[in-house]
Amino acid sequence: MAQVLPDERELRRVIGDGDALPDGEVEGLDGRDLIELYRGMVLLRTYDERSLVYHRQGRIGTYAIFWNHEAMQVGAVYALERDDWIFPSYRESAIGLLRGMPASTVLSWWRGHPAGWWNPVDYNVASICVPIATHVPHATGLAWGRKLRGDRTCSIAFFGDGATSEGSFHEGANFAGVMRAPVILFCNNNGWAISTPLSAQTAAETLADKASGYGMPGVRVDGGDVLAVYEATRDAVERARAGEGPTFIEAVTYRAAPHATADDPSAYIDPERVEEEKRNECVGRYERYLVRAGVLTEQLAEEIRGEALETMRQGIAEAEAEPAADPGLLFRNTYANSPSSFDEELAELREILEP
Amino acid sequence: MSEKLLIEAVNDCFHVELERDDSVMVMGEDVGRAGGVFRATAGLLDRFGPDRCVDTPLAEAGILGTAVGLCMAGWRPVCEMQYDAFSYPCLDQLITHVGRYRWRTGGAMEFPVTIRMPYGGGVRAPELHDDSPESYYVHTPGVKVAIPSTPADAKGLLAAAIREPDPVVIFEPKLHYRTMRGEVPEGEHVVPLGKARVVREGSDVTLVAYGAMVPLAEQAADALEGETSVEILDIRTLKPLDEDALLATAAKTGRVVIIQEAPRTAGFGAELAAILAEKAMLDLRGPVLRVTGFDVPYPYWQIEDAYMPSVERVVAAVRKLLEF
Repeated sequence: MAQVLPDERELRRVIGDGDALPDGEVEGLDGRDLIELYRGMVLLRTYDERSLVYHRQGRIGTYAIFWNHEAMQVGAVYALERDDWIFPSYRESAIGLLRGMPASTVLSWWRGHPAGWWNPVDYNVASICVPIATHVPHATGLAWGRKLRGDRTCSIAFFGDGATSEGSFHEGANFAGVMRAPVILFCNNNGWAISTPLSAQTAAETLADKASGYGMPGVRVDGGDVLAVYEATRDAVERARAGEGPTFIEAVTYRAAPHATADDPSAYIDPERVEEEKRNECVGRYERYLVRAGVLTEQLAEEIRGEALETMRQGIAEAEAEPAADPGLLFRNTYANSPSSFDEELAELREILEP
Repeated sequence: MSEKLLIEAVNDCFHVELERDDSVMVMGEDVGRAGGVFRATAGLLDRFGPDRCVDTPLAEAGILGTAVGLCMAGWRPVCEMQYDAFSYPCLDQLITHVGRYRWRTGGAMEFPVTIRMPYGGGVRAPELHDDSPESYYVHTPGVKVAIPSTPADAKGLLAAAIREPDPVVIFEPKLHYRTMRGEVPEGEHVVPLGKARVVREGSDVTLVAYGAMVPLAEQAADALEGETSVEILDIRTLKPLDEDALLATAAKTGRVVIIQEAPRTAGFGAELAAILAEKAMLDLRGPVLRVTGFDVPYPYWQIEDAYMPSVERVVAAVRKLLEF
């Protein structure tokens, strides 16, 4: 039977505030690791900020902003090995960049172009899950299936606070507990599901409290602290590989940007709280930590920002250079063995398109 | 060949296919120790172990959702939904992921999952143990659907589904699990998807049916013996549909009555009728008629016989068509 560890209700923190709260450190991370984490955060931040610009310029479609979620994504992925699988929601659309996926691929996805659909096996990154929480059972199934084969692979599913209200979350978490699947359920609790606050989402005191109902530990971590996220995920990965089953991580932050480009949060959000969060956003917070630790110089930071901007410039150029998709693609790839009716439907379409 | 009950043919298929391919696994509620509530999976746990015959939590969306992940890990899961109407939670996964995931990966990943379930009424069961939900499944792009009507086809279509690289849903007529016996080939037996079967040759009128309605069509044809010559076409696979066989029989007899146990509106019979309207207009000597369940919830079993298509209703439809 799964051993239920005591839930950690206090938020784990490593990064101090440069004042009364002292900086900590994570054992096993050297200066190179600290910079790699920073590089990942800057890459995702740049991706997100440029995407907003591209959207306003009409170069990508509706876009789900993840500004200030970078610490959770980068910290968690850094704790994984390359063989471990990532199951992103749309809030983690660019997480594949941390595994070497070209920016043009993700930009193409947001441009609604088939070039945006990758082979998950190339990166061990599953397709972006749009419906809420329905990928949680996938992550559980993959982890369980690999365990049955004797592999030591684990998987991680990212989802938001609203997802914990969905049946799929419950069923995926419950299966994970029962099968002792080596899966990490990573909840980015940013306090909002579009306009619905956490208080309207659950009567539980914390989301991590839910974990005990599935026989797994629930850990709470400061979602703006990349080092704390890394450490909590590393612990969960160790448990998973040791055959101790799943872990639920609740990373707490506050959504300081609209849900997506189509959303106007002014009707529901607390603007003062947003301003406070912006002042303490995760990339700047980590930057200050690195400077205090003497690891990061302004020159290196500039270099890393420049690299990320170049990645995006190249990414959008490549995405925009993609030739228009052939409508014949409609009928490719749905089935391995397509029904013969597809030939007829395609012929009907061709007749209209190419008289 | 040996004679088997329909449920024994399903069980036989599992024993053959799990032996043949060690990536095939069976999962569902009570499929392991109990061997399934209808005993479709009897003996698998002892023979193949708990990793390949898995008793799952009671969660249909979780069963199909984890099966998607199992496919990604290289397994070929066969998911049992305990009853037709208990399967509805799994539609969430079916529609949002199972039918789309291959397409979403640009064809790079395969999802060779099989979903099978007992379906249909006439067994004097409580509410929601009697539905014919095939239309919900057939309507989902990326998913194939087959419904056997004989023990041999129950084995052969299930084997085809298990071997198919695409997701396949199999509905088994529970009414005939233990009331129908038939010759079943020994060992490996595959009935290819997409091939209909002419059950009986005739020249005046065709009864088109699938699953539990095929034996009913045979009874109706017997009742009409001497009055008219009846052909019976068993559709077998609803998607991909054997359109050639449907059009061939329409061309031959010029009269088609479709029998479907599910409620009438937007049922699969409507799809068959539409194809005939589009492609067999000049072959038809009268309207395509449907004998179906009614557009009501499947009823209490004391009056279920009034709901189910009957020999009398089929015979009446045939006579009406002949008089047209």
